[in-house]
Amino acid sequence: MNKKNHTSLIHISKRREVSLGRRWGIRALAIILAFVLSAVVTMIITGLNPIEVYATMLKGAFGTPRKMWTLGQEIAILLCVSLALTPAFRMRFWNLGGEGQVLIGGLACAASMILLGDKIPNALLILIMTVTSIAAGALWAVIPAIFKAKWGTNETLFTLMMNYVATQLVAYYIIVWEVPRGSGKIGIINQNTQAGWFPQIGNFKYLLNILIVLVLTFVVYVYMKRSKQGYEISVVGESTNTARYVGIKVERVIIRTLLLSGAICGLTGLLLVGSTNHTITTTISGGRGFTAVMVAWLANFNPIAMIFSSFLLVFFSQGAGEISTAFGLNQSYADIMMGIVLFFIIGSEFFINYKLHLRKNTGKEGA
Amino acid sequence: MFDLVSFIPRAVAQGIPLLFGSTGETITEKSGNLNLGIPGVMYVGAICGVIGAFLYEQNATNFVPLLGVLIPTAAALVGSLLMGLLYCFLTVTLRANQNVTGLALTTFGVGFGNFFGGSLMKLTGSEVPSIALTSTSNCFRTALPFADKLGWVGTVFFSYGFLAYVAIILAVIASFVLKRTRTGLSLRAVGENPATADAAGINITRYKYMATCLGCMTAGLGGLYYVMDYANGVWSNDAFGDRGWLAIALVIFTIWRPAVGIFASMLFGGLYILYLYIPSGMNLSVKEIYKMFPYIVTIIVLILSSMRNKKENQPPASLGLPYFREDR
Amino acid sequence: MEQRTAAVSMRNITKSFGTILANNKVNLDIFRGEILALLGENGSGKTTLMNMLSGIYYPDSGEIYIDGKAADISSPREAFQHGIGMIHQHFKLVDVMTATENIVLGLKEEGRFDLKNASKRIREICDTYGFEIDPDKKIYDMSVSEKQTVEIVKVLYRGADILILDEPTAVLTPQETDKLFAILRNMRGDNKAIVIITHKMHEVEALSDRVAVLRKGEYIGELFTKDTNSQEMTNMMVGHAVSLNIDRPEPVNPKVRLQVKGLTVRSEDGILKLDDVSFEARSGEILGIAGISGSGQKELLEAIAGLQKLESGSINYVDDDGKATDITSEDPVHIRNLGVTLSFVPEDRLGMGLIGNMDLPNNMMLRTYRTGGHSPFTNLAGPRKTAAKVVSDLDVATPGLSTPVRRLSGGNVQKVLVGREIASAPTILLTAYAVRGLDINASYVIYHLLNEQKARGVSVIYVGEDLDVLVELCDRIVVLCGGRVSGIVDGRTADKRQIGLLMTRIGGEEHE
Repeated sequence: MNKKNHTSLIHISKRREVSLGRRWGIRALAIILAFVLSAVVTMIITGLNPIEVYATMLKGAFGTPRKMWTLGQEIAILLCVSLALTPAFRMRFWNLGGEGQVLIGGLACAASMILLGDKIPNALLILIMTVTSIAAGALWAVIPAIFKAKWGTNETLFTLMMNYVATQLVAYYIIVWEVPRGSGKIGIINQNTQAGWFPQIGNFKYLLNILIVLVLTFVVYVYMKRSKQGYEISVVGESTNTARYVGIKVERVIIRTLLLSGAICGLTGLLLVGSTNHTITTTISGGRGFTAVMVAWLANFNPIAMIFSSFLLVFFSQGAGEISTAFGLNQSYADIMMGIVLFFIIGSEFFINYKLHLRKNTGKEGA
Repeated sequence: MFDLVSFIPRAVAQGIPLLFGSTGETITEKSGNLNLGIPGVMYVGAICGVIGAFLYEQNATNFVPLLGVLIPTAAALVGSLLMGLLYCFLTVTLRANQNVTGLALTTFGVGFGNFFGGSLMKLTGSEVPSIALTSTSNCFRTALPFADKLGWVGTVFFSYGFLAYVAIILAVIASFVLKRTRTGLSLRAVGENPATADAAGINITRYKYMATCLGCMTAGLGGLYYVMDYANGVWSNDAFGDRGWLAIALVIFTIWRPAVGIFASMLFGGLYILYLYIPSGMNLSVKEIYKMFPYIVTIIVLILSSMRNKKENQPPASLGLPYFREDR
Repeated sequence: MEQRTAAVSMRNITKSFGTILANNKVNLDIFRGEILALLGENGSGKTTLMNMLSGIYYPDSGEIYIDGKAADISSPREAFQHGIGMIHQHFKLVDVMTATENIVLGLKEEGRFDLKNASKRIREICDTYGFEIDPDKKIYDMSVSEKQTVEIVKVLYRGADILILDEPTAVLTPQETDKLFAILRNMRGDNKAIVIITHKMHEVEALSDRVAVLRKGEYIGELFTKDTNSQEMTNMMVGHAVSLNIDRPEPVNPKVRLQVKGLTVRSEDGILKLDDVSFEARSGEILGIAGISGSGQKELLEAIAGLQKLESGSINYVDDDGKATDITSEDPVHIRNLGVTLSFVPEDRLGMGLIGNMDLPNNMMLRTYRTGGHSPFTNLAGPRKTAAKVVSDLDVATPGLSTPVRRLSGGNVQKVLVGREIASAPTILLTAYAVRGLDINASYVIYHLLNEQKARGVSVIYVGEDLDVLVELCDRIVVLCGGRVSGIVDGRTADKRQIGLLMTRIGGEEHE
């Protein structure tokens, strides 16, 4: 009896085992391809030769000490949001609300600075700013978490919507507190007294942020890898069935984890408002809530690896920014470049996890 | 007094891009794909229309209105189709995470739109000071000739450019196809339970590609409508704003029903501009609170539908999950 | 046998999965106007054989003839073209759709898409055979029996005249079963060929015209139902006693360890899973639980382990000094806090007992990570030691401790799981299908481990499916039938045919 051949030319199967070398080899290849493609696109648009493209990008990222500090600061803030999302993602809770949680944290910080500035000692003010920002971020994240835990409400869509509620809330308070009246913005808060401004370490404006985030990276790494709570998060993420079997209260873990996730987002808002900008706008988060999703995912939710993935994205963004400045192009050029890198890395995951078997289609084969 | 006759057309004009976007996303989600790239797709649709129109206006010696409409429309459709294909290739063929892919698509799409919007003049070396596609826009904005003869009826129902009617027709068609055709039944099965659909002989990959690509093209028209009709052919960066996300919110709000989307989009459009009509005196800030309504209402709908746990009102059961037959 | 053309003839069908031979040169004839019962124990290859008719699997060798002509069935679609339709145990239905929508799903009919017309045709089919379903009702509103009806109608709607039902009564109440049987008889009257896969003797007797028996993948023989009796069929199904030479030491100083009284459990959809179950488990003995799959074994173990909501009943733990502790409805953590070391090897090893993506030490830690006082950190040193000990003691074949357990073979996965559960020095050890899918050697390792625990004075509860093993390994055997205890027998004197009867009938009497 002959078996009709219904199989296609290519058969796909899941890989059982992927060596570390292969995993990173494929990713590196994807990044190199992305670099090549983006250089080609840049060449077509600007007429630069490839060497110049890369040179300009390097200059944009590392050209001057100032640029390097900016690079560091951008990495730190993006990394901070990514760290925030990590525990939630490890639990397979898709927190797309980083944007809103950062904003609300920033809003709480700005509110403390505006309402309490000059009225209480600076140290106390900074303490209050810290507490309120973190609490506000945590609150913003725990609302969807409670509904997810109790009724299974879709967290992806819920957290997404919370972003816009937060944006409008910020927009509201910007008008309430606007300086000067009618300008539609708050301006630098406590410009004269600098009340609530984070202290600067030496002459380095961004150093404090970078240090805080570095410490936090380590803390989150240890929390996820070594703590009992982090272990519970991994178990719940892998299998709620197993979690229940060993007596883990899944609902409680969801809520606790999102409190943490939101709290770190709130902290990011604090850093942005209290330490970096000393003002708040509706766009202060700058899409990092979303970019961080990709940073965390690219790094396989490993906090240490996230240093590299956020570096990669920020480097691309700053480098492409330099190209656009040098050629009078629009700053959005960076987003296009970043998109290309992301598509390549996203696509490359397939070749890490699956194996392609090419078959000869002989039409018939013996059964 | 509340001027309803002037309010409704403005609410509709605000609602149409959302309607395009939500119809497109509904079709997509019915196949089990959660495309968070819709905001990016709408930007790409808009900018491709702009590029098409710009090139045509710059190069045409005499402007033919029909071509003035067809070229930008075709450009918008092709642009958004390519975005849809990219999303499908990554999520369906390569089984990548839908959330991450969608967000990357939005980053890329919004960047693409703003980049070409800001650099088009420089790139083409043209002399014009800004992109204002007046002739093209006039074609898109042509209302039915008898609209102004009908008084308020004309204003409320017939004063819109043709794309507004296309949006409504598409929503009706989508609703009909989903509810009343064999294709719609198969598509819903794919989004609900791909393993069952597969066992019934339905080609999962083909349905996901078709639904997502058609959805993207529909959403792309929303971008086109926005720039050509609503914004009078003037492109300004980031002007499209968060409408893409609002369109995704609308999908939830309508609990995955395109026909409901027709009214819901107008409602959202109305809520979006309501602040202009509510007398708030000197207190401008409250208006920002009003703008929150669409999102809060959406959240409430999401919560209530999950609490009531009525099966029809839930997202498609396999939404966001890749399908791999051998995983069964 | 009389001369008539078989609707389906299967000849020398062989099918293997990896090293396991699921069907070995099986011959089977199916005739129109007849109900054939395909009888066999769990794992005897009944479903595999029928899956080859319905296009799910493709035979390794052998031939299939439909109405005398050689047929090649490599997909469900082709099976339908031959008029073969199978109703699986797990329904393939879309919940949010109506019965009609599910029935026409994927059909490429000519002409306009007309659900009303389809509903009409469905009603006609229902009237012909006596089904009672509302074509416009949504699947999620339906009872299990209604869902099954939809599956049957789906097959008929597609024009099948050879119907295969895989354990259709497993999910039905006795009344629903009677109704189904009446319908099947109507279909037989309509000259359809019907195969019903079952291991319930009284169903064979009540329904079938002919019975074919499979055992361990082999075709044993066939009989006309009217010419046989349940004893003969049971003998064919379970075979002659095979000596497995499993050790069974005498229990040392057995004392009551666990008292289960009047346990009643309902599933989420309200189906009675355990009905007034009472028994005692003793220290130093292995208590077997026998029963057809789905008779409440899973619920029973989960109830004891604190993972099931009880409707009523009590579970008491008795320690060596005779002090009883009530552990009814406690969660697993509380049970441990009460000082009861209860270990549980669940049926779903990678989905419940272990985490496939984690390595061995992390899987060991599932049970122990809470220890270590109030320290917020986990300590992997202990689990790593445990993992190393389990690997060396139980001869686990693994590339290393840091290998994710999903990459291990089935037997090694089970050794890891059992090893972990034993490592906590339990006083009660619950095991569900501990040797399922394991090869002979691995199985004996597990039996040996259980005997070791027994010697340590542990009360072992062993849910099993292979009667040969149960009667050689266990000291006492509780037999479950439809969620009720149909008998408790002594493992040393029990005959597996007697147990086989108890599994299908309460108290050995016909259960209606």
